Amino acid sequence: MVENSAGGNSTVDAPHAQYKSEVRNLSFYYGAFSALKNVNMMLHEKKVTALIGPSGCGKSTFLRCFNRMHDLYPGNRYVGEIILHPDNINILSRNVDPIEVRMRISMVFQKPNPFPKSIYENVAYGLRVRGVRQRAVLDEKVEEALRGAALWDEAKDRLNQPAYNLSGGQQQRLCIARALATDPEILLFDEPTSALDPIATASIEELIADLKDKVTILIVTHNMQQAARVSDYTAYMYLGEIIEFDVTDTIFIKPKNKQTEDYITGRFG
Amino acid sequence: MKDKDLGEIRAIIARHKLWDLIFMIVGIFALMIAVLTFMALFAHMLIDGLPRLSWDFFTSFPSRRPGSAGILSAWVGTTLVMLVTAAAAVPMGIGAGVYLEEYASKNIITEIIEINVTNLAGVPSIIYGLLALSLFVHQFGFGQSILSAGLALALLILPVVIVATREAIRAIPVVIREGAYALGATKWQTVSDHLLPYSAAGILTGVIIGLARAIGETAPIITIGALTFIAFLPPSPVKAEFPFISFEWLMAPFTVMPIQMFNWVSRPEEAFQINAAAAGLVLVVMTLAMNAIAIYLRYRMRKNLKW
Repeated sequence: MVENSAGGNSTVDAPHAQYKSEVRNLSFYYGAFSALKNVNMMLHEKKVTALIGPSGCGKSTFLRCFNRMHDLYPGNRYVGEIILHPDNINILSRNVDPIEVRMRISMVFQKPNPFPKSIYENVAYGLRVRGVRQRAVLDEKVEEALRGAALWDEAKDRLNQPAYNLSGGQQQRLCIARALATDPEILLFDEPTSALDPIATASIEELIADLKDKVTILIVTHNMQQAARVSDYTAYMYLGEIIEFDVTDTIFIKPKNKQTEDYITGRFG
Repeated sequence: MKDKDLGEIRAIIARHKLWDLIFMIVGIFALMIAVLTFMALFAHMLIDGLPRLSWDFFTSFPSRRPGSAGILSAWVGTTLVMLVTAAAAVPMGIGAGVYLEEYASKNIITEIIEINVTNLAGVPSIIYGLLALSLFVHQFGFGQSILSAGLALALLILPVVIVATREAIRAIPVVIREGAYALGATKWQTVSDHLLPYSAAGILTGVIIGLARAIGETAPIITIGALTFIAFLPPSPVKAEFPFISFEWLMAPFTVMPIQMFNWVSRPEEAFQINAAAAGLVLVVMTLAMNAIAIYLRYRMRKNLKW
């Protein structure tokens, strides 16, 4: 029932050179409720992988496993592994500190969530958490991150103004800059454009396309066109399972699974 | 036929609207009882007490002669007791609130503690007085001092501060908390860099409202044995010689505004009743001023926070 691209022509030998992360037999429980059922998948290094599927299918739950966000709330349980390469550690292991995982894997949320601080302090916060104190280093990293998030030109003259003075799309790019400032290995996007207008959405999508040279990206989206536009690989999820995972073009042009096809063509979901 | 239906509908609407009207009248009436009662009391004190207020009234000790009696020892005592109360209740209350909200694991013990904290707010204040009498005055040997009184009132307002802290932290959107954690912040970094600064306005409001309650408390202070007549001030906290700061005042006997009032009200002479009204006026103005500061601070600090 669970199909993934391991058997498809999209993957080549020597997986460790290519995969940033491998998900093995992952199940996830909110108390007794099983939200993810035996998920297997891989994240290709420096590629964009999209998770699509109807509401409540577990895509956000899956994404939030990658930075151990579920550890913040009681009664949640992971079973299985998410292996992070190159050091081959299972980031879901009890022996791995979730804080360490979050330092390596950044996340951008559904709704722009800048801190009620200045633009500069928002971007610098991840570095401050890591103990960076020297002003010169902070300045350089903040500029680099804001450039990386295509916000530098708009923000450079008002770095000390409150982040809430920015528009919604700018705030989301600020959150991307904040996530980029610490040089993450994987960047998670949880429906990053669902609260934005079409123009801001286009700019975020453009940004994601630019970012994949630098970082491995996993994006949850409710918008199939968006998955088709920005991603290299796509997984279709339904009721906590991955129904089909393959190269994005294959998923959208000739899906192997009837359920995927029904969803893609709009007959379902 | 159609006209008749419409007429019926209008009659039904009119009947229902009558209830709106009745409820509005009852509501306004209830509100007026509360507001007018306070206004009448305040006006009565104002008429009686205002002419008595003068510089001398604030700078004189109590006296057997009503004309020269003042509230110096009372307002100094109240101020110092409030200082101790704030110094004890604020760190303890915020600490407990942060712990319950952010650190405590959700289990049966935490739940029992939470129910207890909520119930503490409803315990009669004289019970706190009895507790303070046996614990602070006798057990710890603090005596009938400013320190004992301040700690007793701190216990009294602790639940208010804890609940205000928790509510202020809970008002911060989940995505802001998660945003901090997602960047790799520890609990303490999240608390000190985000949760406390963003909830400061709410916490401060809770603290001031708690202090405004404590300032008028009489029962626990009488229980631990505050003096009703005191014609000297506690030792000064500032000294001319090293180390310049002294904490002797903590152990000094004292009186507070409500006790001074109580003392004057129980005198037979008419002139003392006027003194009591004047002292009451000062006390009410102090309380109202504290509430006004709380409202202002909340407004000022919330203006910069919008999510």
